[in-house]
Amino acid sequence: MIKTTRTTLNYLTGILTTIIFVFPEVIRAQSEEVAEIVTDSLFRVDRINALIFVVVFCSAILLYTKWAKAGKPLFLRKIPGLDAVEEAVGRATEMGRPVLFIPGIAELDEIETIAGVSILGRVAKITAQYDTPLMVPVRYPLVLAAGQEVVEQAYIEAGKQDSYDKDSVRYVAGEQFSFTATVNGYMMRERPATNIYMGAFFAESLLLAETGNAAGSIQIAGTARPEQLPFFIAACDYTLMGEELYAASAYLSREPIMTGGLKGQDFVKMLIIVAIIIGVLLATFDVGEWYIHLFEEV
Amino acid sequence: MRTSLPIAVAFISGLVLVVAFFFRDDSLIGSLRQEFIVWLTIIGGFTLLLGVVSIVRVSWTAVKRRKEGWFYKILTLLGVFAMAIPAVLPVSWSPLFGRSDGTIYDWLFNYMQSPMMSTMFATLAFYIASAAHRAFRARSAEATILLITACAIMLWRIPMGEAMLNMIPGDLPSWLNTYVMGGANMAVQRGIIIGAALGAASMSLRIILGIERMYMGKG
Repeated sequence: MIKTTRTTLNYLTGILTTIIFVFPEVIRAQSEEVAEIVTDSLFRVDRINALIFVVVFCSAILLYTKWAKAGKPLFLRKIPGLDAVEEAVGRATEMGRPVLFIPGIAELDEIETIAGVSILGRVAKITAQYDTPLMVPVRYPLVLAAGQEVVEQAYIEAGKQDSYDKDSVRYVAGEQFSFTATVNGYMMRERPATNIYMGAFFAESLLLAETGNAAGSIQIAGTARPEQLPFFIAACDYTLMGEELYAASAYLSREPIMTGGLKGQDFVKMLIIVAIIIGVLLATFDVGEWYIHLFEEV
Repeated sequence: MRTSLPIAVAFISGLVLVVAFFFRDDSLIGSLRQEFIVWLTIIGGFTLLLGVVSIVRVSWTAVKRRKEGWFYKILTLLGVFAMAIPAVLPVSWSPLFGRSDGTIYDWLFNYMQSPMMSTMFATLAFYIASAAHRAFRARSAEATILLITACAIMLWRIPMGEAMLNMIPGDLPSWLNTYVMGGANMAVQRGIIIGAALGAASMSLRIILGIERMYMGKG
């Protein structure tokens, strides 16, 4: 027992000595070399740390996706906001009222909007099955085209092509507050039973969510913007925070190939947590200067 | 073909943009990246017509079928054409055309659209008050802590409030700044931002590799 402890301590001392004394020297030497290369290379050597991260991240996701494909069971924690989607659409069906879905107010080149449009496809499949009217106001024509395609395909897959209304996805206004005024007016007139907000939202988030709340709708929101989250939490029944928005499509699909990506992401998150803990420890003992440089542009 | 071509386009475009990040802008792949951004702008410009067609069709159908509030749809159509037509007509026909100062477009924007949008934004204050009223109810110990902290932060954010807090011994404003805003609040925000960034990267990878296809209606 004592021998094992001593051996472990020896190993730990060796690792710590390497981290504290050897690594800084290697990094310093590399930085000097890199500074010379940076000036005349087309390759951004100063971004090598980002490249390493990209390689590790991609490998983790691909590895977990491969395992998921092979049938390895992967645990996904429950996301109440997404579990509530079907229930909320069912409520709208019982009440005979429409479902309002807003895929954010940003352009399609924002990944949040793409996430919103992906979730729209899943929601449209449910509304098609229940024959519930769906209303999707959008702010950009590109989102309109993508939204129409996604909703139409969902109705075709559900075998309800005749129920598909091309104007269910409609362009309402190009300006932020003109869009908000139109949607708020719709909420108060039509009183949709369910409002789903998924994507990038800005100052209009509370205007929309509070109006929906006043109209008595059940509301599910999701955004990756931390500054808008408190507004949605205050005014909505369920809120997806940050990464949950991007996980939503995979979560709703329940396809192993999609959930594998989520597990890979969790693995990288664990690596980041370990990196943060090491950073905190090194900074506490005032030996972490070189460690910080690993995460900066050289 | 309907599935594989868009996936191929997404794969090539995504790969070029990721690889270009590691090369200088004056390299071949760097200039290709710039080119892709220009293409995106051009495609965006063309799709504007889709938006106009959508808004006109929806409004015109409502007017034709005399749906509830059809009169307002006429106003919408008038608004669309009153803004768009004078803005695209050649300035040589009249100084009122085009989009410079003193044109019809400029007048409509400055004296109608802009004040209306400002009014919408201004109503946010009332919405914040009603949301805060609901959120800050001291129903439990945690909610009470949230209520007290939020009140202190709101006071600290206004000059008069900060002056009042300064009267309390122990430098409360500095404590709020260090531990509440720079400590607890910032830690939570960073946690969300890191998670969201990883989620965005993971989703991008799923799109580039063609695993996530729901955004094209294929899922």
